[in-house]
Amino acid sequence: MRDLFYDLVRRNGMAVAIYLMLAVSLWVFVLIILPQLTMLDYSFRLNLPPGKIGGPEDIYTIDQYRYFFQGSGSSGGLNTLDISILFKTLLSAVFVTVFDLIICYPVAFILAKSSTGAKARLLVLALIVPYWINEILRAFAFRILFGSTGVINEVGMGLGLFESPVDFIREDVALYAGLAYAYILLMIFPLYNAIESLDRNQIEAAQDMGASWWQVHSKVVIPYAKPGIASGMTMVFMLTSGALAAPQILGGPSNLWFTQLVYQWFNSGGNWPRGSAYAMILLVVCIALVLLTMRIFKVSIGEIKR
Amino acid sequence: MTKEISLEHVWVEFGEFTAVQKANLNIAGGEFFSFLGPSGCGKTTLLRCISGFQEPTRGVVKIGGKDMKGVGPNKRPTALIFQNLALFPLRTVADNISFPLEVRGVDKKTRRKRADELLELIALPGQGDKKVSELSGGQKQRVAIARALAVEPDILLLDEPLSALDLKLRQHMRTELRSIQKQVGLTFIYITHDQGEALTMSDRIAVMNKGKIEQIGDGKSIYDHPTTSFVASFVGENNVLDATVLTNDGKMMEIDAGLGTPFKVESHPAGGPALIPGDACQLFIRPEALKITKDENSINQFDSQFVSEEFEGNMRHIVLDAQGKKIKLSLINDGANAIGPNAPVKLGFAPELGIALKPGELASA
Repeated sequence: MRDLFYDLVRRNGMAVAIYLMLAVSLWVFVLIILPQLTMLDYSFRLNLPPGKIGGPEDIYTIDQYRYFFQGSGSSGGLNTLDISILFKTLLSAVFVTVFDLIICYPVAFILAKSSTGAKARLLVLALIVPYWINEILRAFAFRILFGSTGVINEVGMGLGLFESPVDFIREDVALYAGLAYAYILLMIFPLYNAIESLDRNQIEAAQDMGASWWQVHSKVVIPYAKPGIASGMTMVFMLTSGALAAPQILGGPSNLWFTQLVYQWFNSGGNWPRGSAYAMILLVVCIALVLLTMRIFKVSIGEIKR
Repeated sequence: MTKEISLEHVWVEFGEFTAVQKANLNIAGGEFFSFLGPSGCGKTTLLRCISGFQEPTRGVVKIGGKDMKGVGPNKRPTALIFQNLALFPLRTVADNISFPLEVRGVDKKTRRKRADELLELIALPGQGDKKVSELSGGQKQRVAIARALAVEPDILLLDEPLSALDLKLRQHMRTELRSIQKQVGLTFIYITHDQGEALTMSDRIAVMNKGKIEQIGDGKSIYDHPTTSFVASFVGENNVLDATVLTNDGKMMEIDAGLGTPFKVESHPAGGPALIPGDACQLFIRPEALKITKDENSINQFDSQFVSEEFEGNMRHIVLDAQGKKIKLSLINDGANAIGPNAPVKLGFAPELGIALKPGELASA
């Protein structure tokens, strides 16, 4: 820390160094650590009326976590409803992440290796422009597209693909499409950055030595782009599993996203400690899953920041 | 095993730009053939046509008598060594070398065995488990060669592979490349802008400029008997004098370079359009072909004045002035004293060492 500070002073001068240190500390402490600590603190408390807060009943407890596992029943049975929602959320997020990877890899590759200069910049701009529109508006746009009288149903019926309108919302198609679309840029750009720095000659060398199209990708491009893939997948997975707007707007009526549970505890449930505990559970499980996956694919955190 | 390559009327165009025009040549199996030319002359494009990364706009590339049209780089019997080598940084040395075997589905043990054999060949035994980044420049160079040789291609294509090395290593690698070529007996096609490399290693050289092959021949004929002004000025040093043809009997010709008595030079036998009396021409005399002479009556002599001298150890490079024209003279350092400033020097050259050519584009220094 001290070395870092002196290094900054040497490179940028005292004023800039102090500003940078303060700004970064403020950012980390106020915007990241403090809210999470508060949440953590909340999650270990009971949901008490305001008058009793700070009183003798205000003690630390794991009740809120126990509720997630056992529900309100004192019988000791599992809270299968909430647990299954968590697993379904994680599974769906993994699905959305892999789906995004499959879509984005070719796009990123073409962007990085086949287009140059002005054309590449134009393509990047074309990718970004839709994101100037608010996330909620985009979700509603998808709802309209996928609705029973939406464009997709109209066209599908017009072409005779299906006879009556398909309920894409109930089938969760709209939700998956909306989520995949919501964070797709966070997959494309890390991939693009990683592939872009790959020397073109490496691809040609591999081809020249007899590698097929598939082998060029599996043996040269993908191993090289692994940190970018990991970084993109981490971001999309974390944001998808923590998404609220898209599930709220596009999710089917019988299907809850785990974040909706958290939201319900905070909002209509009026139980902040329980909401905090649920949020903590989601965070911890997601981080564990990401770290586990990284270990399996032998990617270190240090590589990702490249 | 070795296959001959022929280019028949190969043109490569990128939109308006013509990168290669009408390339016609045959490269025999087992030959060490170089393309020599300044950057942007189309030599790399031609190499890419042979390796399959570039389809000619017109014309035919044949390898072993077979038309290569539509045959991808991964299906051709060629192996390309890139200018920056393009070794895979995430793989070990052995895994780099055995990559071509890996993509052909050869099992791991056989791959390792072949990699070890090749490491032996390039004099890096037991270094297979090192990372590429742990090797020196010359070692990386050799690994790239080994990798290209792993599946025993018929033709090895080398795109300025020595340009990233320092001088000493470059000279060493020249000898080494040549000996590897002799050892494995493959056709080597070598791209370079360095005439020293081309002259020392090649059986034959094609000199290229602006997409055109100017001359094809062995090193000696390219150096001693250039057929175009570009070749004369690009390969080696040359003094250029603008002159006019006075007579030409097919064997000898007389030309006036405005330096006193007209010079007698041999009519150039190696082709190129014949010069007739009255034609403008360019006279090329190598700095080492000029001699200081005392004899008043010898032919091809002219007066000049000493301007400066550059001492290079074994050679002395002297700049002289002959009626406003700069003349370079190279002498072997035989211990003689330096010529004094502004001293008059009488120069002469043998008729067979002056080469008169139709005026053409000169290589920029």
